[in-house]
Amino acid sequence: MWEYTDKVKDLFLNPRNVGEIENADAVGEVGSIACGDALKLFLSIDKETGRILDAKFQTFGCASAIASSSALTELIKGKTLDEALTVTNRDIAESLGGLPREKMHCSVMGREALEAAIANYRGETPPAETGSRVVCQCFDVTEDTIRKVALENRLTTVEEITNFTKAGGGCGGCLPDIGEILRDLWATEPAAPAEPKPKKLTNLQKIALIQEVIETEIRPRLQADGGDIELVDIDGSRVIVGLRAMCAGCHMAGLTVESIQAHLRELVSPDITVEAQ
Amino acid sequence: MNTIYLDNNATTRVAPEALEAMLPFLRENYGNPSSMHTFGGCLHRDVEAARAKVATLINAEPDEIIFTSCGTESDNAAVMSGIETHQHKRHVITTRVEHPAVLNFARHLGRKGYRATFIQVDALGRFDMDAFTGSLDDDTAIVSVMHANNETGVIFPVETIGAVCRERGVLFHTDAVQAAGKIPVDVKKLPVDMMSISGHKIHAPKGVGALYVRKGVRFAPYIIGGHQERGRRAGTENVAGIVAFGKACELAAAHVGKAASVARLRDRLETALLAKCPSPRVNGDTANRLPNTTNISFEYIEGEAILLRMNEFGICASSGSACTSGSLEPSHVLRAMGIPFTAIHGSVRFSLSGYTTEEEIDRVIEILPPIIRQLRELSPYGR
Repeated sequence: MWEYTDKVKDLFLNPRNVGEIENADAVGEVGSIACGDALKLFLSIDKETGRILDAKFQTFGCASAIASSSALTELIKGKTLDEALTVTNRDIAESLGGLPREKMHCSVMGREALEAAIANYRGETPPAETGSRVVCQCFDVTEDTIRKVALENRLTTVEEITNFTKAGGGCGGCLPDIGEILRDLWATEPAAPAEPKPKKLTNLQKIALIQEVIETEIRPRLQADGGDIELVDIDGSRVIVGLRAMCAGCHMAGLTVESIQAHLRELVSPDITVEAQ
Repeated sequence: MNTIYLDNNATTRVAPEALEAMLPFLRENYGNPSSMHTFGGCLHRDVEAARAKVATLINAEPDEIIFTSCGTESDNAAVMSGIETHQHKRHVITTRVEHPAVLNFARHLGRKGYRATFIQVDALGRFDMDAFTGSLDDDTAIVSVMHANNETGVIFPVETIGAVCRERGVLFHTDAVQAAGKIPVDVKKLPVDMMSISGHKIHAPKGVGALYVRKGVRFAPYIIGGHQERGRRAGTENVAGIVAFGKACELAAAHVGKAASVARLRDRLETALLAKCPSPRVNGDTANRLPNTTNISFEYIEGEAILLRMNEFGICASSGSACTSGSLEPSHVLRAMGIPFTAIHGSVRFSLSGYTTEEEIDRVIEILPPIIRQLRELSPYGR
């Protein structure tokens, strides 16, 4: 059971601005039935002033998707298009008194529909269709979307990306990919949020933790694919491993080492480097 | 506002008689049945009396019943015992529509280096017998197939599956958590080696279940510790829960004969909703399902929205939509059946009990169709 605010409940039970606008000046459509939610936004726009005279919506989705759509229409009515474009998914969520973390993607869908509608009015390509690489095949989420939502909402973990965009919430195949995008994004982005300083481990603690992660997390996965791993040595933050069985000589070995490194960086310490012997 | 509870495949109300029976064991009779003194030790008799009642529900012998903490524990223990007692065998067979208690346990074994086969079902949720017989081999340690599906109510041919297993000399477990108490289950007639049942699905409280292990079948304990349950399940007995479970089984045994009246109410609900709502469809094989369950999809709208609108009227049901599954993926059962996404997200499961009244059903028939229409008006795909 989700903890919805009274505002979400109200807008879900009595949504405002439901329906179509006939001969709408702009229509933005995002999502799909397969994805589990979809939103069609209709705008009527004053050509002189560029002001949104009316906004209506149709939503296929859960309570928070319906409430987010309704909130969006309330937020943008009366604004000029440029003003409307400053409305972020956070504004939508905040106007609802907040959304459960797992439901933040509903507010992102609202923002995307707005962008799509305005692009439609201006004869531009909607941002979601600019040909950016699709990272999550299950929910059709592009790299651009992931980067943008991460920046706007200061998201640093893969789980947050899933909550906000659904990416990685299906088969999970793209989770490492999302991790890479986040590392790349926050490595180059100067305004990276201050990550909580991890507690400094003693060398002995670090060695023990590395051994444990390899034994309980990494080894079983490699073994499931017919491979195996042996911890050869630990020198400061340098971890030297031997790839065995199917992993030895496998053309994917480079990737394997990289993912082991990512895993150890996440669970032990961000300065770890892994080398295969 | 009165609650109209049509979510009995999730859990059930505790029968007043079961509650009454258990209360003394939460108050004055708080002893430990393993104790030497009479105050505790005499409770052993109450546990054994309950065991006999649970056994009677499925026509087992009392010493074939092991009390557990829940259906999930029974399922885990059964599959694990199959593995433990056949250490040279590395293959388990189950289905794609199994309860997570078996499904995720089989996946877990898959990650541990075992081979796990998940048998497919057809569009009506029916078991693929040919695929099953083809997947059995000399390496198969255990087959675990549910008796009836919790989401659709579809009943699997466990008698035939068990017969195949017996012929091939393979251990067979069935998760009968949804079937027991709703349809006749007789282990003297069914060729099953192990069977899971759960208390809270049949009007006992949560926290008690049982595993039937046929006499002569080797069993390796899952929870290890003291000598309770003749060394087959350690841990101090949940005496109050077990006593209530016994009482609930006694009531259920009497109730099974009245299943037709539950089915009549279910059919009344189903028929009316199909007639009064736009483009509905029933999921699962209606010719062969539990008498209390119907799973209906309302196309182009989303299940969580339906549930929460019904919630405003005190009506409780479940959905297979992604938003209610705790993940972003909708029901694994409906997906395995190949139900289109337009229908999967808008699926609602109604599960009745012997306590469901005709007035309650009529109220749902009155409340739900306008909700479906309103949500369709909201939907971009609604017209």
